[in-house]
Amino acid sequence: MIALLRWTFFLLVVRPIVLVILGLNVRHRERLPLTGPAILVANHNSHFDTMVLMSLYPLRALPKLRPVAAADYFMRSGALQWFSTRIIGIIPVDRGARARGEDPLAGAGLALDHGDILILFPEGTRGEPEAMAKFKKGVAHLVKRHPEVPVYPIFLHGSGKVLPKGAVIPVPFFVDVFVGEPLAWSGEVDAYMDQLNTYMAALAKEGKFPPWE
Amino acid sequence: MAPELSERLLWTLGGIGGLLVIASVALAILGLVKPDYDWRELRLRVKSWWVMAIIFALAISFDRRLSLAFLAFVSYIAFKEFLSLVPTRRADRRVLLWAYLAIPIQYVWIGIEWYGMFIIFVPVYMFLLLPARMVLIGVTEGYLRAAGTLHWGLMTTVFSLGHAAFLLVLPAEGNPGAGGPGLLLYLILLTQLNDVAQFIWGKSLGRRKVLPTVSPGKTYEGLVGGVATTIVLATLLGPWLTPMSLLHSAAAGALIGFGGFLGDVTVSAIKRDLGTKDSGDLLPGHGGILDRVDSLTFTAPLFFHFVFYLYY
Repeated sequence: MIALLRWTFFLLVVRPIVLVILGLNVRHRERLPLTGPAILVANHNSHFDTMVLMSLYPLRALPKLRPVAAADYFMRSGALQWFSTRIIGIIPVDRGARARGEDPLAGAGLALDHGDILILFPEGTRGEPEAMAKFKKGVAHLVKRHPEVPVYPIFLHGSGKVLPKGAVIPVPFFVDVFVGEPLAWSGEVDAYMDQLNTYMAALAKEGKFPPWE
Repeated sequence: MAPELSERLLWTLGGIGGLLVIASVALAILGLVKPDYDWRELRLRVKSWWVMAIIFALAISFDRRLSLAFLAFVSYIAFKEFLSLVPTRRADRRVLLWAYLAIPIQYVWIGIEWYGMFIIFVPVYMFLLLPARMVLIGVTEGYLRAAGTLHWGLMTTVFSLGHAAFLLVLPAEGNPGAGGPGLLLYLILLTQLNDVAQFIWGKSLGRRKVLPTVSPGKTYEGLVGGVATTIVLATLLGPWLTPMSLLHSAAAGALIGFGGFLGDVTVSAIKRDLGTKDSGDLLPGHGGILDRVDSLTFTAPLFFHFVFYLYY
C-alpha cells in the first residue's frame, strides 16, 4: 500500500515538477548504475536535488533508491517523519550520533547490504546555493566498510537557482546533471576524499555556467 | 475530428509523414552503403523530427485551445532555456516569476483574439513592468544588462513565437481552404524545411563562409540554395494552405528563407557570446528547444505581419 502511494506520488507529483518546472540536461546518463549496491554522491544546492537524482531512474527502481538525509531536519515532526521515511524513502542520519558514541551510518550500511542505491550529499547541507563546499568524510567511512561498493560522483547545477535555501516559491530553471565515472575504494580515508573532491571539481568544469550573483 | 481540420491540412500532414519516411529510408540505405561513417547524430536528429512532427500534428489537429496551450508550453520551455543560459541576478529571482507569468497572459490575449493587446502587452507593458519591479529591489549593479536580457528573452520566445499562435485565431473566412491551422502549418513547415535545405545545400556545395565568427558551418552556397528551395516550396504550397497569390507566396518564401537564417545566427551569436554549444538536450541531435525554434523567432512575426497586412 505504501509502495503504491510512493509510486503514485513520484509519478504524479515529483516527475511532473522535475520535468516541467525544472527540466533536466543530463550528461553521461549511461554511466548511472542500474543495480545496487552503489552510492551516488552529489553537491547539494536545493531540496529539489533529491527529486532530481531520483528522477534519473525509471519508477520501477524506486524501492532501491534511498536518499540519506539529516534526522534533525527531516524527523522534526511526526508528519514530516512519515513523509520523509515512507514516501521519499530517506535513511535518517543522526548528525549528533558520533558524539554519543553511536554509529550514524548504521542505517546506510544496512541498505547497502540490501543492494540499495544510496543518494548522499557529502557537503552535509545545502549551504550557499550554486557554491560547492568541501565534502565531509562520512562517505569515505561508509565505503571503507563496504569497499566493493562503487561511488558515482554527480555534479548538479541550477537547482539552487530554482529553490535556494530559505526560499519558498520555486522559479523555473533547467538543471544540469553531470554523471561521473565510478570511484573505487582506495584504502585510505583522506586520500579517498581528496580523490572524490578532485573528481567533482573536474565534473563541474565540464560545464560553462552563467554567473548568478 | 474537428471541423477546422481541412482536407488540405491532412494531405500536408501526410506529405510531412512521407518526407520523414523518405529521410528514414535514405538514412538506412546510407548506413548500409557507408557503414564506416558515423551516422548516429543524423539518426538521432531524424528520430527527433519524427517525435516533433507527430506531437505538432496532434497539437494542431483537434482543438484550438489545445493548440494554443501547446504553443504556450513551447514558449515556456524556450524562455526557461533562455533564462538558464544567460546570466541572471540572484536579486531578480522573484522578478523572473513575473516574467514567466507573462506567458499565460500573452496566450490568453491570443485566445480571446484581442489583437491590440497581443501586439503591445510584451513590448509596452512588460517592458515597463519588469524594470520597474527590478528597480524596487534596489540593486543597481548589472541592472541594465539584467533588464535588457530579460526583455530580449520575452520578446523572442513569447512575443515573436506568439505570432505563430495568432495565425491560428485569424478569421477562418480569410483562408477558406485551410484556415488558421493552414497558415501555421505553412509557416512551421517552411521554416523547418528552410533550416534543413540550408543545411543540405551547405553540406554538399558549401565553400565560402558567410558568417565565420558567428556560425562557421554557414556558407553562401547553403544560404542561397536554401532560400531558393524555400521560395520554390513556398510558391507551391502558398495557394494550397494560405490565401496568398503565387507572387505573394514567393515573397513569403524569401522572407522565411532569409528571416530563418537571421534567427538561426542570432541564437548562435548568443550561445557563442555565452560560451555554450547547445541550448539544452531536450531534442537529441538538435540540442534544446531554442536550437529548434531559433529561426522561428524571426520568421513568425515576419510572416504574420506580411500575410496580415495583405489579406486580413
